Amino acid sequence: MSPTNPIDPATAHGLSACWSCQGPVAAGEPFCPTCGAVQPPGQADHFTRLGLPRAFDVDLQALDRAYFARQRALHPDRMARHSARERAIAESQSVSLNDAYETLRDPMRRAGYMLAAAGRPVAGDGATIDDHALLSETMEAREALMEAATETEVAALAARAAADRAACLADVAGAFAAGDLDAARRHATRLRYLVKLVEEAHRRRLSLAGKAA
Amino acid sequence: MLLQIHEPGETPLPHEQRGTAVGIDLGTTNSVVAVATDGTPEVLRDAGGAALVPSVVAYGADGVVEVGAAARRRLLDDPDLVVSSVKRLMGRGAGEARALAGTLPYRVAPPEPAEGGMVRLLVGGRRLSPVEVSADILRALKARAEAALGRPVERAVVTVPAYFDDAARTATRDAARLAGLEVLRLVNEPTAAALAYGLDHAAEGLYAVYDLGGGTFDISVLRLQKGVFQVLATGGDAALGGDDIDHAVAERFLAERRPEAAPTVAEVKQALATARLAKECLTTQERGEWLVEIGGGTSRHRLDRATLDEVAEPLVARTIEICRTVLADAGLAPDEIRGVVMVGGSTRMPIVQDRVAALFGRPPLVDLDPDEVVALGAALQAEALTAGSDTLLLDVTPLSLGIETMGGIVEKVIERNTPIPVARAQEFTTYQDGQTGMLFHVVQGEREMVDECRSLARFELTGIPPMTAGAARIRVSFAVDADGLLTVTAQEKTTGARQHVEVRPSYGLGEDEMARMLRDSMEHASDDMGRRLLIEARVEARRVLLALDAATKADAALLPADERAAIAAAAAGLERLLAGDDRHAIDAAVEELERLSRAFAQRRMDKAIRLALAGRSIDAVAAEAAPNPTE
Repeated sequence: MSPTNPIDPATAHGLSACWSCQGPVAAGEPFCPTCGAVQPPGQADHFTRLGLPRAFDVDLQALDRAYFARQRALHPDRMARHSARERAIAESQSVSLNDAYETLRDPMRRAGYMLAAAGRPVAGDGATIDDHALLSETMEAREALMEAATETEVAALAARAAADRAACLADVAGAFAAGDLDAARRHATRLRYLVKLVEEAHRRRLSLAGKAA
Repeated sequence: MLLQIHEPGETPLPHEQRGTAVGIDLGTTNSVVAVATDGTPEVLRDAGGAALVPSVVAYGADGVVEVGAAARRRLLDDPDLVVSSVKRLMGRGAGEARALAGTLPYRVAPPEPAEGGMVRLLVGGRRLSPVEVSADILRALKARAEAALGRPVERAVVTVPAYFDDAARTATRDAARLAGLEVLRLVNEPTAAALAYGLDHAAEGLYAVYDLGGGTFDISVLRLQKGVFQVLATGGDAALGGDDIDHAVAERFLAERRPEAAPTVAEVKQALATARLAKECLTTQERGEWLVEIGGGTSRHRLDRATLDEVAEPLVARTIEICRTVLADAGLAPDEIRGVVMVGGSTRMPIVQDRVAALFGRPPLVDLDPDEVVALGAALQAEALTAGSDTLLLDVTPLSLGIETMGGIVEKVIERNTPIPVARAQEFTTYQDGQTGMLFHVVQGEREMVDECRSLARFELTGIPPMTAGAARIRVSFAVDADGLLTVTAQEKTTGARQHVEVRPSYGLGEDEMARMLRDSMEHASDDMGRRLLIEARVEARRVLLALDAATKADAALLPADERAAIAAAAAGLERLLAGDDRHAIDAAVEELERLSRAFAQRRMDKAIRLALAGRSIDAVAAEAAPNPTE
């Protein structure tokens, strides 16, 4: 929004008019407090949308509970006899919940999301990689994977990549917990490469197993 | 106006009588229709007690169309007039149909230039699309349901293989529309089976559904938790099924019968029917002998279980491999699965049950009829979507969706196993100075190269204002709804100018074609449309009345007596109109009511702002009323 625009007094106080009864609805409320109509999802960050504390360490069971509870209330299937318009609004709510859930469920995406929101995007999200140690680590790991000729060799490399990934995830969590976003960004970038490496190792293992069969 | 404010998720609107909603399993080999009442589903049978309707259609020279067992009987006498396994051609192009060629017992033809990209069938002098043949099967199921229930049936939940791509899903929805059925939802077959199974057994935890149908294989892994059915991962093969075993056995029979010459169409159909019978017999018996009889020439064929297993082995091995991949996608080990639900007639084969048991380390669940369980689940979902229910299905996209970029590489926009509904957008830019148009190619699949993925549609964005290369920002949005159907839109962002987008589905029906078929199929199409609009107008009007009633109760002090009287009079007038059939009068009365209450709405908003200014946000008011609003 351009700063020269006159600011609507309702918007300024976090209020909007319910599309159904025209009454006031606080920003982020999924239902109108007066008439009960489902409201459009609006702009909210993923943590707020799911009612979770904004922290990298997410309790996955709490995440599931929050997601299920909200989908139960907002999914278009739950509005069987409502008007087409309400079902369409419910669908957009459901889309937003899925987006929030998918992003927060996966630690790599969660880290990327939090860092982008803090103005420190991870390489690949509109930033380029500048960590030379990581570049050479990645290249060596890829080469080792390509040169591995037997399933056993690939399995060993895959196990190492998986262990590195787990350790790196702990580094990311540690950096977020310490509030060191630059370190979090560095570790998150490495995490992204390690996740790709684990996937590649898995594919290579499958293709070797396929040839052996 | 003495109406109650409703809680979110409840159903405040009186039920519009629109006929019963049924669940339909539209299968490759057999189809089933079921209905649920108060959470109990029941398969609808014919007068003889049969639940299965063979997915076979006979197109008689006299113009008579027969479906089901009657059509299957004609398969042997008039093989040229009969279509079976048409599901394998839904949303397929002529090239793909040729790849299936040896396995299809009827002639196919490429579409004419004026037709959409879907393959056509040449049957009894007719030229038919797979959508029309499927619509004939659906009409027969609709008729069976109406006969069994004694009421009109106009709405249905129709199941599709989880691994069906967008073209096949769209074709299924179009077939239902042609048959005069409003599709409440396309539900994935394994998910429907899980719904029937889970509700029947009050199951909780992780479950797998192994669905080996006539022409498709699906595997889904779900988490069942307090009425929520959450699909974690799904996979499969839309061209792998029990039919393939029949074909392999039939080929064996034909080679034994007359190895020196190519078989006739009649011989192929006869051999297939015999092969299916042999396969079914060998589920319970160890060996047998069957006759293939055509035009007086009879041949005898012996087959035992071990030989059948040998024939089926590669197919079963492939399904087990897909199961492993899907488990890996969900990040699960086989022993974490609490139960494996078996779906599809082919899962009766002992070799299938043995291999599945070996993979998961436990015997599969076979207590619900594998031919009926999908329709039962569909019926439950049909009831949930019309009468309401406590269960909720959360499904995923089976295949990644992407867009072609430079060099034929696919840029994925939505990854497979993403929960639906979902919307994602990606930005692209122009690569030439002054470029005003851009071509997009939408594909589905997991491979990196466009040629190895399935083409869904091409579209062109025109009317981009001329700019230097790379300056335009074209936002392409993908939205997959709860039916798993994709909608793609594109917009140039820097100018906000509207562009025209023309989408050409790669393997669909042309828009004109579909419109013509709908016209031809429904004599009362316009009546039907008018009635739907009337029902929507009534639902909308009741919504407005309820909303206004809630508002006048909440803020009675803000409504002067004269305004209140005017609004009450207009509301009473609208109530009277709701009893009638004049949609336009209802719409006009709704507009008038909204106009009369506008000043009141403004006062309510002003009051909320004053409260906010006084430091009492409506959040705070709500918090006072309920000190602990979060779970």
